[in-house]
Amino acid sequence: MSDQVSLEQGADQSTQEYITVIIADQLFGLPILEVQDVFMPAAVTEVPLAKRDIAGVLNLRGRIVTAIDMRKRLGLPPLEEGGRCMAVGIESNGESYGLIIDSVGEVHRVSQETFEVNPANLDPRWAAISAGVHRLDGSLMVIIDVDRVLAQDENNIAA
Amino acid sequence: MDDLLSEFLTETSESLDVVDMELVKFEQEPNNAGILDNIFRLVHTIKGTCGFLGLPRLEALAHAAETLMGNYRDGAPVTQDGVSLILRSIDRIKEIMGDLEDTGAEPAGSDEDLIAQLDAISAGEAAPAEQAAPDAEAPAESAAAPLQTSDDVAPPEPKAGEASLDELEAAFAAAPAPEGMDISPEAAAAAAAAAVGGDADAAAPEPDSAPEPEAVPEPAAAPQEAKARSKDGPVKNQSIRVNVETLEQLMTMVSELVLTRNQLLEMVRRLDDSEFKVPLQRLSTVTAELQDGVMKTRMQPIGNAWQKLPRIVRDLAQEVDKKIDLQMHGADTELDRQVLDLIKDPLTHMVRNSADHGLESTENRLKAGKPEVGVIKLSAYHEGGHIIVEIADDGAGLNTERVTAKILENGLATQAEIEQMTENQIHRFIFKAGFSTAVKVTSVSGRGVGMDVVRTNIELIGGGVDVKSETGVGSTFIIKIPLTLAIVSALIVESCQQRFAIPQLAVVELVRTHQNADHRIEMINDTPVLRLRSRLLPLIKLSKLLDLQMPEDALPQTAEADEAPAGEEVAAEAETSVADAAPEEVQQAGAPVAVASEAAGDPEQAPVAEMDQENLFVVVIQVGAQQFGIVVDSVFDTEEIVVKPMSNLLRDISLFSGNTILGDGSVIMIIDPNGIAQSVAQVETGTADAEQPKDEAQFESSEDSTAMLLFRAASQDPKAVPLSLVTRLEEIDVAEIERANGCDLVQYRGVLMPLIHVGEEAQRKTEGLQPVLVFSDQKRSMGLVVDEIVDIVEDKLNIEIKADAPGMIGSAVIKGKATEVIDIGYYIEQAFDDWLEQREEGPVAGDTRLLLVDDSAFFRNMLAPMLSACGYSVTLAESGKQALELRDRGAQFDIIVSDIEMPEMDGIAFAETVRSDPTWRNIPIIALSSHTAPHIIERSHQAGFVDFVGKFDREGLMESIKDCSKQLGAAA
Repeated sequence: MSDQVSLEQGADQSTQEYITVIIADQLFGLPILEVQDVFMPAAVTEVPLAKRDIAGVLNLRGRIVTAIDMRKRLGLPPLEEGGRCMAVGIESNGESYGLIIDSVGEVHRVSQETFEVNPANLDPRWAAISAGVHRLDGSLMVIIDVDRVLAQDENNIAA
Repeated sequence: MDDLLSEFLTETSESLDVVDMELVKFEQEPNNAGILDNIFRLVHTIKGTCGFLGLPRLEALAHAAETLMGNYRDGAPVTQDGVSLILRSIDRIKEIMGDLEDTGAEPAGSDEDLIAQLDAISAGEAAPAEQAAPDAEAPAESAAAPLQTSDDVAPPEPKAGEASLDELEAAFAAAPAPEGMDISPEAAAAAAAAAVGGDADAAAPEPDSAPEPEAVPEPAAAPQEAKARSKDGPVKNQSIRVNVETLEQLMTMVSELVLTRNQLLEMVRRLDDSEFKVPLQRLSTVTAELQDGVMKTRMQPIGNAWQKLPRIVRDLAQEVDKKIDLQMHGADTELDRQVLDLIKDPLTHMVRNSADHGLESTENRLKAGKPEVGVIKLSAYHEGGHIIVEIADDGAGLNTERVTAKILENGLATQAEIEQMTENQIHRFIFKAGFSTAVKVTSVSGRGVGMDVVRTNIELIGGGVDVKSETGVGSTFIIKIPLTLAIVSALIVESCQQRFAIPQLAVVELVRTHQNADHRIEMINDTPVLRLRSRLLPLIKLSKLLDLQMPEDALPQTAEADEAPAGEEVAAEAETSVADAAPEEVQQAGAPVAVASEAAGDPEQAPVAEMDQENLFVVVIQVGAQQFGIVVDSVFDTEEIVVKPMSNLLRDISLFSGNTILGDGSVIMIIDPNGIAQSVAQVETGTADAEQPKDEAQFESSEDSTAMLLFRAASQDPKAVPLSLVTRLEEIDVAEIERANGCDLVQYRGVLMPLIHVGEEAQRKTEGLQPVLVFSDQKRSMGLVVDEIVDIVEDKLNIEIKADAPGMIGSAVIKGKATEVIDIGYYIEQAFDDWLEQREEGPVAGDTRLLLVDDSAFFRNMLAPMLSACGYSVTLAESGKQALELRDRGAQFDIIVSDIEMPEMDGIAFAETVRSDPTWRNIPIIALSSHTAPHIIERSHQAGFVDFVGKFDREGLMESIKDCSKQLGAAA
């Protein structure tokens, strides 16, 4: 009861909208304001000598996008052969990046009340990019902190 | 701020720059009326405009300066004081204008001081002027006439684009400007210009300027003027001012257009007999022309960047009391304005440098038998798509000794390294960060931020800088800069089915190699080289450099590719070669794996034979004076590409300068020839001609390099040991080797020296000479038996993979190859079982906590196991900072061992910091250093080190630690 009330009351302040994405069956949330577009990564050019989690660069409508393989970033096994993947376009300091994930879900509005900080036992590679967790009905949504994904030094953990 | 004012500010500041330069010229040639007229006109313009806009302060000042110049024009003798005063007035005008720009109003204040002085000089010189100028029969009007008309005269340094201002102005001025008309910005300019002329002169008939040549000994200016006028009459307004942003935007659009055209061309190429072909051809031509045209609008003469220099040099000359002649050649050489902006500051800095400490003092010059006046020569010219700017002085040249001392002081190289360098190589150290040899700091230079900033700025735009210096004759700085940054033509190459762009500018030629062809890749010790016109060209495989992996599905395609039709020969061959290359590529690409297996002692089969069986292309690259070849699988055509910067996450890959979208829409990486040159230099150590100026990048690598002895033993893999640990290299006759107690011994210098074999003993020679590395530890020697001594190289030592195998510290890339670095300590232990026991005599070793601070991974890796083996509990820190972090986290130690030479915080500073804080104050600190100069030892004692030990003095270190722990025990 009380949950519902607060949801309605504080729709502006205490709730936030996330785009949900799935990586290896895990639900993740990206703050909606950070996401520029969603696209199918095609013709990705590998970048030699780049860090392991950099999938490469690709041309998205005339812009060069640096694609980050979130599975590698999180220390997960690669998608099976022939598996389809999607990418979420984000922008940082005028540069375009794409986070390659398995699939994109929906837009989700969640209340601040379901928010929890990262559990202490979370894999350090996950903790490094996660801003916290939302307790949803039936599932947990890990919030991806885009700035931390793009931060340089964090990469070493993933590599 | 209103438009009028901002217009005024832009114009005036440009005029002032010209005045600055002209005045200096004038001082040297006081008889050149042309220059004076030009100055006079500009100042007069400023004065007039100020009056018009209601800026009394500026007007008064400009008026006073103008009066004085008027006197000069009338023949008064030109004095240095007078010119200095005018220059000071101009500085003041600039100051006021600065405020005007910020606030929109003239600042409060008075210029009476300057005006009084100006008036005083004017008054003092006016009288003699009239007498001294018998030829001044030209009436005031005639003097003023060139004033107005000279608006048409381009300033001596022609300026494209910017010259338009004067012309515009002149065009407006030419039309009679009724006073009090509506003031639109343009009209204002016209009105201002009209005001400049002064009402009286507006009607001055043009031929009035004719008498002037008579009055002037050097009539050069007059005909020029006349010509300019007659020519400019009807066609004055042929250029207009355009906002830089508009041009930039235009450029971006053209870049995109070029890309789109490329895309279209690519598409049509695939269709046969397309009706689009002809129109597309036209589109293509037009695009190319458009691109050229837009590029041209961005071009400006390099002289624009030089404008301020004469003034700077003049002021500097006075300040340091030298006589300097600044000569400028090729000021009309054009380059992209973006590039121009970026090199302005570095250029100024370098000219200052030359003037300040390039040239000797007048006294010293005379002593050296040189002319009193020092010459700084600035020249610019085109050379193959680049612009070369040279700044030459005829001073004393770089002081090699001082540079050397500074290198040693800053620990940039060791004495031994320096001894192997040519003078030129040593000189290039001046481009390193924090390097300034100026003995005293002057207001202009010698503040330690200098040439490194210059170098960084120039490298940012893809240029390079080099220095040539000859003692007593002078030094020359050579800057090489690209014409433009926006669009480059690039060669598209392929390696391991991945395409890359190589900027065409760096490409000298393409060579196709084949086993049976004239050009065949040959190997020297696994290093590929190519004979090219009686020169040996070092080669590097792109696949190896970039650690490329052949896609696995590429392998089965081999057979079909072989039967490809002849028309597609290149493509077919490329594929064949790709396929042929595959096994090797895979092997090389799997480098980390190979290294790992090497570390385990598993010999890797060197791919010596394979390389020359392929059809490969060699792209010959020139970077600086360094030439090398990049081996690729195939070469496509050239494309005009727009360089786009890489994202932040990729920027640290130095081998790429950016990325781009190709005609077919795919993204490819652009290879940075400079970056490759660096890697080649590391691989290629010692093979290049020592006399040739190499890219300074090479010296980067020597920054923290270690001399390593490379040898082979037990397996084919190269092994290495730091040269400084090796006492001697000997060849011992196998017959002399004796065997006792299960151990090989040899009589060596009167004692029995044990011989230890690396790895298994199977490869022992039965006769002949056996190379042995002799290690001496105190009084005893031990010989390490090796198969072959390969080389001594200087390279950065970076242990990348730690080894589990006994006797190995780990694997490092040395000379471009994975090399095992052996642990001498392990073999010494084998030779002398009691080696350790001896050391463990020391009391309380077991619970002594030791902190080892050293920036070199090698030393940490070498010392830590050794110290642990002696029973100390060792903690490692990579830097003083890291160590202090440990302190702040509450870590406690009994003894600290710290390196002296470390980046950021050196050992001295570290010790001082430790001593200044109570937490660790009482912990004894032992200094480790490769320099054992007395003053360094002295300094380290002052900083609070209890002992000082040479870096390779294992024995000494052990002793020292033991002493410290003994004292600790005693104190406790």
